Amino acid sequence: MTIQFNTETFRDDYSFRNSDWAIKRFPFPFHEDSYMYSVNMEQHRGGPEGSVYEKRFDVDEHYVSEMQDRAIVLADDPLRCQSLPHMTLAGWDTLELIMVSKSEDYPDLFELHRDGNRWRWINKPMGIDHTFTFLDETTLPCGPLEYITRQAQGDYAVLDQRGDMLYMDAGMVTTQADWSLDFDIGMDFFEWHAPVPLAHEMGIFKRALKFLLNIQQGAPARRLNWTMTVNPLLDTSPENYHKWGIQKTSLTPENIGAKQHLRVELQTFYRLPRSNALLFPIRCYLIAFQDLVRIPKWGRRLHRVVRDLPDELATYKGFIANRPLMLDYLGRHDDGLPTSPGVWPDLDSEPPLQTQNDARSR
Amino acid sequence: MSAAPQKARAGAEKIDVIVSAVVPLNELVTRFEFTRADDKAFPPFSAGAHTVVEMRDGDRLRLNPYSLMSDPADSSQYAISVRRDDAGRGGSLFMHRSVKVGDRMKISYPVNLFPLDLRGRKHVFLAGGIGITPFMAMIAHLERMGGAWELHYACRNEALGTYVDQLTSRYPNKVHVYFDDRNQAIALEDLLDGQPLGTHVYVCGPKGMIDWVHATAAAHGWPDENVHSEEFLAPQPGKPFEVRLCRSDITIQVGESESLLEAMERCGVDAPFLCRGGACGQCETDVIEADGTFVHRDHWLDDEDHTSGKKIMPCVSRFVGKSLVLDR
Repeated sequence: MTIQFNTETFRDDYSFRNSDWAIKRFPFPFHEDSYMYSVNMEQHRGGPEGSVYEKRFDVDEHYVSEMQDRAIVLADDPLRCQSLPHMTLAGWDTLELIMVSKSEDYPDLFELHRDGNRWRWINKPMGIDHTFTFLDETTLPCGPLEYITRQAQGDYAVLDQRGDMLYMDAGMVTTQADWSLDFDIGMDFFEWHAPVPLAHEMGIFKRALKFLLNIQQGAPARRLNWTMTVNPLLDTSPENYHKWGIQKTSLTPENIGAKQHLRVELQTFYRLPRSNALLFPIRCYLIAFQDLVRIPKWGRRLHRVVRDLPDELATYKGFIANRPLMLDYLGRHDDGLPTSPGVWPDLDSEPPLQTQNDARSR
Repeated sequence: MSAAPQKARAGAEKIDVIVSAVVPLNELVTRFEFTRADDKAFPPFSAGAHTVVEMRDGDRLRLNPYSLMSDPADSSQYAISVRRDDAGRGGSLFMHRSVKVGDRMKISYPVNLFPLDLRGRKHVFLAGGIGITPFMAMIAHLERMGGAWELHYACRNEALGTYVDQLTSRYPNKVHVYFDDRNQAIALEDLLDGQPLGTHVYVCGPKGMIDWVHATAAAHGWPDENVHSEEFLAPQPGKPFEVRLCRSDITIQVGESESLLEAMERCGVDAPFLCRGGACGQCETDVIEADGTFVHRDHWLDDEDHTSGKKIMPCVSRFVGKSLVLDR
């Protein structure tokens, strides 16, 4: 399959759009009509053809425009990419993993030719053809982590593992749901998760840490996380809160379908072979409410999830003030019919929305 | 989350290999080299990692962990060095007696429970006997990356000094060897005293040596995070005992020379594990009921857990008494 890359923006005029293809393959995160935290891990070993789970690092129609947006963020704020001195080897691990995966999974878009440590990397969508020496930083224009993650969608946290603890010691973070690498750099697992409500009391993080410490080479894992974003903004960072936070007050009943987006993170976890660090890619997918409700099952379910979510979670995810507006909109796309289990759209088996007009005309 | 979550099998992923060389090094230690059966490159590994080797010994499946001691940058082969333990349960004897060049075997992906702390400005290695193996890979790694290191290696005598000649000829200024039969001993206190800030110490060897290094370093004010150790325990034989596994709804017998974990596997229970040596914590199991005494041998549970009688590590620990019921 060849991908048509969009020309679009994630700022200013917000020309970001999902094609029909992107809507149908959106990673809808709710497998039932309610939501509560869970570690919800599964192996990351492919998935249904065409789904975002199929490849190790999913490439979609937003690839080129997301990389342009990342370059803009980095030009304004170089501290979005950091790597403590002992993490350089983990950076090379990351570069190797992404180059090998992409060239094997998308041979029409990416090529990697290796002759010992002499590597030639071809990235056709971005017009890059570069020969360098693996493990020799002087042959790259920047550090290995920055080099490869300027060419890979999603944020990347690189976690050092020492004495049964993980430390946020490197990363590339420009598409984040309101957290800051510059603030978290060097923190341990419990420190950087301190702001999350309820989950600590539930013992979620202790179990999650134990799971992550035991992720082994050759056996990556994945999970989904989600939040809400007004306007298709990739960079919802604390550093720029003064720019985007105010946009949350711009929602009206007329514009909510176009402006309000469900933001889903596909989080994956890889043990890096040379450094023994843990790579934590966090890939962000955005979908406007008006596109999401075109899948009747998702419209019904999202209404029920948002309606029944505990206040603490709606506050933490930053949409408690807009919840009434959201429920008003989503309620019009929930006819009360039951939904099929699981996350898939089930367009062939789930009935279209039953409107009051439908009912009258019968 | 997505379609049908695949259930993870116990243990790390496996690699099919062919034994490419069997090299006796001295009376007790033999090196085994493996190439991949599919001719692909081995995955890179981090120095200090081990692999679990599957041995088909008649009807019996043995799974023993061995440190990878080849150069981590060499993806054409993996190598381990195995010390024959005549009084052990038979895994090392099987390797020495039965494994021949050309044999097909399965080994696990690398798992690292003894990594280098990459923040270290300098790395001091303390090896006792066969405990030299993880340091062979660490030295190759640091030589490539330009890291500072020194090795202090205690052996019983010259004849049993595995890799001594190779190490002293390649790195004459960094390798210090001590022979027991010449009454040579590591001057640990002096050694710890002179190290620059940011030095990390690693010890691999018999339990007594590991305890000595930890205690001496602590007494000299070393932070615990700068002292690293690895000791693989082999399960010790013991009296047979009976265990009820509630979730699997079966009662099994643990034989004299098998571990509780091995007995579970023999009976078809897919119990989690990684290191099989009491160190990684994967096989930790809750005790539901026990009338008897636990023989805890692991490094994972703390003293409180050991005395509580609520947890057991089935890879190395045993039980003596009337009845034991586990949540497995």
